[in-house]
Amino acid sequence: MAHFIDRRLNGKNKSTLNRQRFIRRYKKQIKEAVSDAINKRSVTDVSSGESISIPQRDISEPIFHQGKGGNREHIHPGNDQFTTGDKIQRPPSGQGGGAGEGNASDQGEGQDDFVFSISKDEYLDLLFEDLELPNLQKSQLDKLVQMKTHRAGFCNDGMPSNLDIVRSLKGSVARRIAMTASKRKQLKELEEQLAALLEEPVPKQTQIQQLEQEIAELKRKIDAVPFIDNYDLRFRNYEKRPHPTSKAVMFCLMDVSGSMDQATKDMAKRFYILLYQFLTRTYKDIEVVYIRHHTQAKEVDEQEFFYSQETGGTIVSSALKLMDEIIADRYAQGDWNIYAAQASDGDNWADDSPHCTDILTNKLLKVVRYYAYIEITTRAHQSLWREYQGIADTFDNFAMQHIRSVEDIYPIFRELFKKNRQQNAA
Amino acid sequence: MTYNPLNDGPDWTFDLLEEYQADIARVAAHYRLDTYPNQIEVITAEQMMDAYSSVGMPIGYAHWSYGKKFIQTEQTYKRGQMGLAYEIVINSDPCIAYLMEENTMPMQALVMAHACYGHNSFFKGNYLFKAWTDASSIIDYLVFAKNYVAKCEQKYGIDEVENLLDSCHALMNYGVDRYKRPQQISMYEEQKRQKEREDYLQSQVNELWRTIPKGKQQDEREDVKFPSEPQENILYFIEKNAPLLESWQREIIRIVRKVSQYFYPQRQTQVMNEGWATFWHYTILNHLYDEGKLSDAFMLEFLQSHTNVVYQPPYNSKFYSGINPYALGFNMMVDIRRICEDPTDEDKYWFPEFAGKDWLDTLHFAMENFKDESFVSQFLSPKIMRDFKLFTIIDQEKSPHLEVGAIHDESGYQKVRNSLSAHYNLSNHEPNIQVYNVDIRGDRSLTLRYVPHNKVPLADSKKEVLKHLYRLWGFPVKLEEQQDDGTVSILGQCPQENKEDSI
Repeated sequence: MAHFIDRRLNGKNKSTLNRQRFIRRYKKQIKEAVSDAINKRSVTDVSSGESISIPQRDISEPIFHQGKGGNREHIHPGNDQFTTGDKIQRPPSGQGGGAGEGNASDQGEGQDDFVFSISKDEYLDLLFEDLELPNLQKSQLDKLVQMKTHRAGFCNDGMPSNLDIVRSLKGSVARRIAMTASKRKQLKELEEQLAALLEEPVPKQTQIQQLEQEIAELKRKIDAVPFIDNYDLRFRNYEKRPHPTSKAVMFCLMDVSGSMDQATKDMAKRFYILLYQFLTRTYKDIEVVYIRHHTQAKEVDEQEFFYSQETGGTIVSSALKLMDEIIADRYAQGDWNIYAAQASDGDNWADDSPHCTDILTNKLLKVVRYYAYIEITTRAHQSLWREYQGIADTFDNFAMQHIRSVEDIYPIFRELFKKNRQQNAA
Repeated sequence: MTYNPLNDGPDWTFDLLEEYQADIARVAAHYRLDTYPNQIEVITAEQMMDAYSSVGMPIGYAHWSYGKKFIQTEQTYKRGQMGLAYEIVINSDPCIAYLMEENTMPMQALVMAHACYGHNSFFKGNYLFKAWTDASSIIDYLVFAKNYVAKCEQKYGIDEVENLLDSCHALMNYGVDRYKRPQQISMYEEQKRQKEREDYLQSQVNELWRTIPKGKQQDEREDVKFPSEPQENILYFIEKNAPLLESWQREIIRIVRKVSQYFYPQRQTQVMNEGWATFWHYTILNHLYDEGKLSDAFMLEFLQSHTNVVYQPPYNSKFYSGINPYALGFNMMVDIRRICEDPTDEDKYWFPEFAGKDWLDTLHFAMENFKDESFVSQFLSPKIMRDFKLFTIIDQEKSPHLEVGAIHDESGYQKVRNSLSAHYNLSNHEPNIQVYNVDIRGDRSLTLRYVPHNKVPLADSKKEVLKHLYRLWGFPVKLEEQQDDGTVSILGQCPQENKEDSI
C-alpha cells in the first residue's frame, strides 16, 4: 500500500524559475534598492550579494475582501474574566479582540518592507545591466593581447625536453617493420629450404653451406637496421596564440587639497566602487592604484586615500605625471588594460591646466582604455573643466561628467558606460 | 502483549521506515481507515521550501507570486523565525506525502500516521473532496496546466501571460461553483476536449455579441437581462462570455479556476482535516505502544511534539493567533469518542443520536459527511466549550464598546456554538459578489453586485481588483453595493468615471 521514494538527490531548485520571474517583475524597484545599496560598500568588495528591500504595498496581490467596520461577532478561547453582557472598551488601533497580530512598524504605514537577498551575480547583473565597456572591441586584437602557449600537434625537430617518447618509439617500430619486411620474408624462405635439405637422407653439404651463409648475411642486414633513427623522433609542438588578457589596472586619482571635504570624497568613492565592480565583470584580475594629490602626488592605500586629511593647493598634473610613471614602471601596456578615473572639485592652479592637457593627450590617453573625469562641485566650472572639454572633443576614450549630489552618481555612471556611447555622444 | 519495541532511532533508515509503515498500516486497517495508496517521498529542507511555495501543488505553472512566496519562506526560515512543517501531503492518487530528511525516527512515524493515513483517508472519504476533486487526475491536470502555460508564454510572451494570470489570481476565490457539482474528467479526455472547446467557445461568444440584426422576433427580447440569474462564479462567467478574449486566454482562466476549485474543499475542512489526522496519529501510535511495539523514549518524543501541535493559547497570550484548528479538531474528535464510550447525562441530552453508540462508526460518519461549519454545529459539545473557555465578542460598528455576547455557560452554549460554526462559514468571510448584469445592447459594461454581510464594507483593494476584472472583460466594469433596505449604490468602476467625462 505504500512505497518510499528518495527524492533528496533531485534538484532543490524547483522554485528558481518563479524566483527569476519575481525579480524580473520587480526589476525597477530592485534596481533602485541596488543603487542605494552601493553607497555602503568598500571599493573592492564584490564577493557579497545584497539585501534588497521593496515596499510591501508594491508587491501585494489584491483580492476582494472585507474591510473594517460592520457588525461582527468574534469568538475566542481562554475566557478568564468575562461574563455575558460585559462591555469592553474598544482597543484604540481597531485591531479588536486582542489578536496580537501585526508587528509595529517604524514607518507609520503599518506595513513592513519586503526584504530579501539577491546573490552576487544577480546583484552585478542588475547594477550593470545595459552597460558595456567602451573601446573594448575596437582594440581587442591589436593591444588587448597576451600570448598564450597552446599544443599544436607534433613535429620532427625540437628540443630534447619536448621529445615524445611513445610516438618516437612507435615510429621506430613502424620503420623497422617496413625496412626489414622483405628480408624477413627471404630469411623465412631460406630457413625452410635449409630445413628441407637437412631432412633429406643424404644432405648436400655444399648447398647447406651456401644457404647458411645467405641466412647469416640476411640476419646481419636485419640487425643492421638501427633501433632508433633520427626519422623516428617526434617532438611535441607548441605555438603561441594571442589571447585577450584578463588583467586590468584601475587608477583612482583624487584631489585631496583643502577644498575637498569628506562629503565630496565619499561621492568620489562611490564612483570608484561602481567602476571597480563594473570592471570585475570583464576582467579576472584587477589591480587598483590609488593616487592622491594636492600640490604633490603620492601613491597610497585605500584607507589613506579616502580618509586622511591633507591641505594645500592643487596641481593636477602632478598626479598625471605619477600615473604615467607608474604605468611605465609596472604596467607595460601590452598585457594590461588600463582604466583611470579622476575625481576633483574642479580646482586647479590655473597655469597647470594646459600642462595636464599636454600629459593626457601626448602620453596617457594613448595607453589607457578609458579615462573618466568627474567633477564634484556645485559651483561654476573652472579652468580644468574647460581644458578637459577640449580633450573630450578629440579623444573618444576620454569622458567627463559633472556630479552635483549623491543621487547623480549612479545615473552619471550609467551615462558614461551606456551601450553605444559614442553614437549618442556624437 | 509482548514488549518488543521497534528501533526508536533517533536516526532513521529506509528499512526502518518500511517497518514502521507496515505496522501503522496494519493498525490503520484495524480502525477501518480507507486510503489511497501512499507514495512517501523523502526530501531535504530546501525541497520542503519549494513545496511550500508552490502552495501544496507538486507541479505548478510559473508565476512570480510563487517566487515571492518562496523568497518569503526562505527568508523567514533562514532567520529562524519559522520552522518548516514536518510534512506536506497532497490530495492525489497515489497520495503523495513528503517526509523531511531532518526528522528523527519518531517524527517520521508520527508524520506517516498523520499524513499517510490520517489526511489520506480524509481525502478519500470526505464528501467535499469526493465531490470537488478528482485525486487520480490532479497530477496529470497540473502537468497539462504547466505545459500549457509555458507554451502560451513562448507563443504570446511572458508579460501577456503574466498579466492574465495576475488578473485571474485576483479573482481566484470567485472561480468556484459553490452549489454545483463539478465534472471530473481525466487528463486524456481533457486534452481531447480542449481543442474542441476552444472552437466552440469562440463561436458561442461571437453569437452572444452578434450585432447583425436578427429580424423582428428578436427585437422583443432586447430587455432581457443577461445573465438571467446572478452568477457567483465570476471567472467561469468571464471564461464563457468575455467578448475580447482569445481562446488560449480562456483556457488559462479555466486552469486557474480548476486549481481554485481543487483547493476549495481544503479551505472548508481545515479543522476537521487536521483534527482527523491528529486524532489518528495519536490513536494509532498509542495502539502500537499498547502492543509493546514502541519504546518509552519514542512515546516521550512523540507526545512532546503532539502536545505542541494541539496547544491552544488563550486570547490574551502573546502566542495567540486565533483558534488552533489542530487543537479544536483533535479535541472534538477525542470528545466524540468519549461521548460514545462514556456519555454523561449532559451528553445524552445534547447528543441523543450517538451518545453511547459505536465510536468508530460515529467518527467515520462525521468525517465523511461534514465540513467545518456543519461539523461544529453538529458535534461541538458543552464540555469542549468549557475546556476551551470559549466566549464571543460582539462588535457593533455604531457602539462605542465591544460586548461579550455569550460565554461557556448554560445559557451561552447554543450561541457560542452558532458563533463558532459561523466563524467557519466561508461565505461569512468572503464578500458576496456576483455578476449581476451585462449591458449587451449598450456599452457592454459588466456590473457586479456586492451584498454585504452584517454591513461589513469591502476593503479598499476592490479598486485594484476592478482593474484586473476590466483587463479580463475588456469593457467597462462596475461594482455596486446593495444595502439591507434594497438601495443600490455604486462602489467603484473601471475605467474611472471622471476620465470618461473628460473625453
